[in-house]
Amino acid sequence: MQEMINRAKELLSDGTVNRVLGWRRGDMSYNPEPSYFETAEDLDANFVYNGFCGANLSKYMIEGSKLEGKTLVFLKPCDSYSFNQLIAEHRVDRDKAYIIGVGCMGKLSFEKIKEQGVKGITNITIDDANENITVETLYGEKTLAYKDCMLERCHVCKGKEHQIFDETIGESRDTKDADRFAEVEKIEAMSPEEKFAFFQNELSRCIRCNACRNVCPACSCRKCVFDSTKFDSAQKANVDSFEERMFHIIRAFHVAGRCTDCGECSRVCPQGIPLHLFNRKFIKDIDEFYGEFQAGVDPEAKSPLTSFTFNDVEPGVTGGRR
Amino acid sequence: MSITANEEFKPKIVAFCCNWCSYAGADLAGSSRLVYPADVKIIRVPCSCRVNPMFILHAFEKGADGVILCGCHPGDCHYSTGNYYARRRMALLFSMLDYIGVEHGRTRVEWVSAAEGVKFSQTMNEFVAKITSLGKNVRLEDLRCRK
Repeated sequence: MQEMINRAKELLSDGTVNRVLGWRRGDMSYNPEPSYFETAEDLDANFVYNGFCGANLSKYMIEGSKLEGKTLVFLKPCDSYSFNQLIAEHRVDRDKAYIIGVGCMGKLSFEKIKEQGVKGITNITIDDANENITVETLYGEKTLAYKDCMLERCHVCKGKEHQIFDETIGESRDTKDADRFAEVEKIEAMSPEEKFAFFQNELSRCIRCNACRNVCPACSCRKCVFDSTKFDSAQKANVDSFEERMFHIIRAFHVAGRCTDCGECSRVCPQGIPLHLFNRKFIKDIDEFYGEFQAGVDPEAKSPLTSFTFNDVEPGVTGGRR
Repeated sequence: MSITANEEFKPKIVAFCCNWCSYAGADLAGSSRLVYPADVKIIRVPCSCRVNPMFILHAFEKGADGVILCGCHPGDCHYSTGNYYARRRMALLFSMLDYIGVEHGRTRVEWVSAAEGVKFSQTMNEFVAKITSLGKNVRLEDLRCRK
């Protein structure tokens, strides 16, 4: 972290960049938030990078690209996919960004910590080796394994290689220990009734806060269909579940073929809905039907939904797959 | 209340038909006096590619029991490539509907040319029979839209 601050101060003072986009210390030790820094003092006092800095900063570069001069942005390996994808969509300006790829040891989930039966959390500290975390609570201290508190997305990590950077700082650790599509396959194997019940159970918790849309780097339209008062899912009706289905199918469909599977949607959901299941289903289908495709690897690559081949699978046929 | 129980189920089917092929195919079916059920409501679109996946969800929301999309045979699109894009979109959408537990068979894509009046009527007969056997769409309906 100190290395990152020092380098950021250097680049600020020699005028390479006008501002730094990083993570600001939150009011608690476990909720740092994305922020701009413009002075060395601010960096010293408030800049933070630790296991709780899960936020993907690439989306903020859409705005950053419109500001005067260059912006120094810190990107984790998975964030660099999103940045690449935004370049492909001409949403960010590569020349306006100075990218430092930062290492990642896997990111922590506050929800996962709470799930392990810890109550009254007052402070959380992470040890230097990123092996254990110490949770201070009203009822005493508790030590948890770092691995057990990681976000779902880190267990299915795409790899710790930065897709785009000007320089890199820090070490990474391989955190992948699960199959990315295992959950999707489990649902696919259910009967229609079970699937329906599963999603009804998950989606009925949706409070339509739109956090998943707002945080998604792929969801960057200026005008969004969900903001329209004429759109049928503009309000939350308590009589039926259709709205949620519609909202979530459309949200996932809008980013199909562009979603890099960064997992931000599931991270920010205040209701803990596994939103990545929708995105990953589309990714899995695209891989199966049209060949392996990872958005954000190559900004020049054509997205699966804006290209075609003469012998694509027929929709009716694929629907029958169980 | 046995009135509803005795009433025969009449499905509501929405068919999106491409102006350049299946819409004319439906015309041909009519002028050839081929029979297809009146439950099919045809919506003319300039190209199968015009059909936004949301249209299909909207149709279900407003109470459709089945939605069928008819377009030109691959390679015959009036705009050269529209139906290829539609094919990819629909493949993903149908797979997703399947995934969230909507009964398989409520949605369908069929390629029907302007000369295939027979195929049009056959397809519609088949589809209506299929939807009738599946019954009412309850999983994707918005209750507020019920009349």
